[in-house]
Amino acid sequence: MSDFTSEFWNFYVAGIVLIAIIGCAVFLWSQGGATYTIGKTTGHAWDETLEEYNNPLPKWWSWLFYITVVFSLGYLVYFPGLGKFPGIGGWTSHNQLEAEKQVAPNFEKYLSEDIPALAANSAALDSGKRLFQTYCIQCHATDGKGNNTKGFPNLTDNDWLYGGEPTQVEESIREGRNGVMTAHDYLETTVGAGTITDLANYVRSFTQSDFDRASANRGRTAYARDDVDCKTCHGVDLKGSLAQGEDYRALGAPNLTDDVWLYGSSQKTVEETITKGRVNQMPTWGKFLGEDKVHLLAAYVYSLSHK
Amino acid sequence: MSETQTTYNYKVVRQFAVMTVIWAIVGMLVGVVIAAQLVWPELNLAPWLSYGRLRPLHTNAVIFAFGGCALFATSYYAVQRTSHARIFCDWLAAFTFWGWQLVILLAALSLPLGFTTGKEYAELEWPIDILITLVWVAYAVVFFGTIAKRKVPHIYVANWFFGAMIIAVALLHLGNSAEIPVFAEGWLTPRSFSAYAGVQDAMIQWWYGHNAVGFFLTAGFLGIMYYFVPKQAGRPVYSYRLSVVHFWALIFTYMWAGPHHLHYTALPDWTQSIGMLFSLILLAPSWGGMINGIMTLSGAWHKLRDDPILKFLITSLSFYGMSTFEGPMMSIKSVNALSHYTDWTVGHVHSGALGWVAMVSVGALYYLLPRLFGRQQMYSVKLITVHFWVATIGIVLYVASMWIAGVMQGLMWRASNSDGTLAYTFAESVKATYPYWTVRLVGGTLFLVGMLIMAYNMFKTIAVGRAEDAPVLIPAAQHA
Repeated sequence: MSDFTSEFWNFYVAGIVLIAIIGCAVFLWSQGGATYTIGKTTGHAWDETLEEYNNPLPKWWSWLFYITVVFSLGYLVYFPGLGKFPGIGGWTSHNQLEAEKQVAPNFEKYLSEDIPALAANSAALDSGKRLFQTYCIQCHATDGKGNNTKGFPNLTDNDWLYGGEPTQVEESIREGRNGVMTAHDYLETTVGAGTITDLANYVRSFTQSDFDRASANRGRTAYARDDVDCKTCHGVDLKGSLAQGEDYRALGAPNLTDDVWLYGSSQKTVEETITKGRVNQMPTWGKFLGEDKVHLLAAYVYSLSHK
Repeated sequence: MSETQTTYNYKVVRQFAVMTVIWAIVGMLVGVVIAAQLVWPELNLAPWLSYGRLRPLHTNAVIFAFGGCALFATSYYAVQRTSHARIFCDWLAAFTFWGWQLVILLAALSLPLGFTTGKEYAELEWPIDILITLVWVAYAVVFFGTIAKRKVPHIYVANWFFGAMIIAVALLHLGNSAEIPVFAEGWLTPRSFSAYAGVQDAMIQWWYGHNAVGFFLTAGFLGIMYYFVPKQAGRPVYSYRLSVVHFWALIFTYMWAGPHHLHYTALPDWTQSIGMLFSLILLAPSWGGMINGIMTLSGAWHKLRDDPILKFLITSLSFYGMSTFEGPMMSIKSVNALSHYTDWTVGHVHSGALGWVAMVSVGALYYLLPRLFGRQQMYSVKLITVHFWVATIGIVLYVASMWIAGVMQGLMWRASNSDGTLAYTFAESVKATYPYWTVRLVGGTLFLVGMLIMAYNMFKTIAVGRAEDAPVLIPAAQHA
């Protein structure tokens, strides 16, 4: 509440709260002393039959009311609630958070071990798996196999976009990744109508059986043209950015000659991928999870393809 | 006195009463659809039929369309009869009817199309907010105008609650809907940004959200209770003093309770404490209404046996008592740490919404409908009894399954292994909830079936009846 820096607000808040709570009890007490005529009405009548008995407040109800008021005043002595008065119990939500951090999972003991060693340590893998089930399965699925039509990579097939070395896997988790395939709809005008169909057939010809050979041949010619920029990321040999060396690794452009797909392998889907492009993102986990959990997760992910 | 001044204006009551039943069916049908979507996610057939858009449509439809029409119908009826005067300004009353229906229609179109302010129970965009304001001000003028015309010196207790509801809802709506319009997408696609930011925005939102429950769904429906329970029971209200004390205590303490929706968030600790304490203090004032309603029946308990309307009214008070006990308990921070974000909250809300709000409205409507259409009673009294049991079983299935599911979710989410990691994934808690969501779907469907029985009974009553306005009564002589 940085808008309210004056000391006045402290007393304003505390005063109003106290007056409100004590006021409830005073009001109840003041009304309890009215004159009652049990079993007789007040004498008011509406709409022919509507009347009210002049019965007193039920005693147990009044006591219930008083008890909640007394409890509230006691609570405000112990817990924060009256302006800036912290309460004699010393409780704050920040203290509670710090206390919970003391018993929070801590895997710093594993930081000194390298990832392949951890991948063979069953206790470490058990903890890593539980972390994976909490933080990673939303995209990569409970079995780590991802989803090959929605763009979530399979982590069990030892096929990597950004590198499968232990430190590279750990980097992917810690820093996150951005994989962007730009839209290539313009190829239909710069190269010619049907180019996208041809390129899709060409790409699919490496692993799929249901492609159009003539179209794929035109696609190969198109792929090689200077004004067609597929090779900038996927490479002249179509083997993806990882195969082109360290300078290209961060691009994460997939190998187009293997049968691993992020968005599906049908002619329609591949055409859509080329036409509209794709945006893929792995969030940055380092700051959120901390070095120790990232390290353990890297070991677990590494183990999925290094049984 | 002109010709029309010799009768009560029942036309606007009839219009609102019939639409109450219609909107109940629509709102509850959407509820059943989204309950089914939780069991079968494949039912999210199109963006505008997806859970995220239908859920606010469900809440708005049942609260403001069904609940709102019930409040308009019953308050217009009760305020005229207890003031012994025809409604103030017939055309303005008619405007509130058509204006409110337009609000509902615009909500039913704009929410599935994806227009939302993102504020729970205040999702409607600013042009609709302005229309709501106009209708609500008109409602206040009509209601308080009728009070001013009254032929009796005292204002009946039901009208205190209706009046408090009208004033408080105006405050809440204006306070929370303060927003800055944006026309970046053109005039036909209105958007807005809240006038508040950060934690203050959250606080204003839940000040609104909780008092929407407190005033719209509690005070307003206590107004219904205070007219229809004594009428149907044929007994005086149990205690005038109790109604005075619990009225002022209720409307005063409710205003403070909102922060309990924001426990363990960025809201300052002191605000959370105060929200919790006033929620606890709220227990006795809330129960005052239940005691006054149920004790009104003392000496006439036998009437419960064969009067299905009283069954509805008294059962509603029982659910009211349960939810207003459960609410303060859930506002205790350590209980909230378990219950918050789970289906327990959903169960709590529906114990209030189905058990209290819907049951008391249904009871009041069964009392009203024959009187509005010149009949002694509904077309079929037996069908009222059937409706009662179908609805009650539906509520019990709904609330019990959500209680179990909620406590289970809370326990699963906090369970941890010896290494400190979570024992269950979120997905596992979802999977474990499926059976309970299925039972909830059955319970909700039963409640909807009950409303369909009521609609049949209503249209049959209308078919054999005749729209009739009763003559304005001369007040009875005051006796001590």
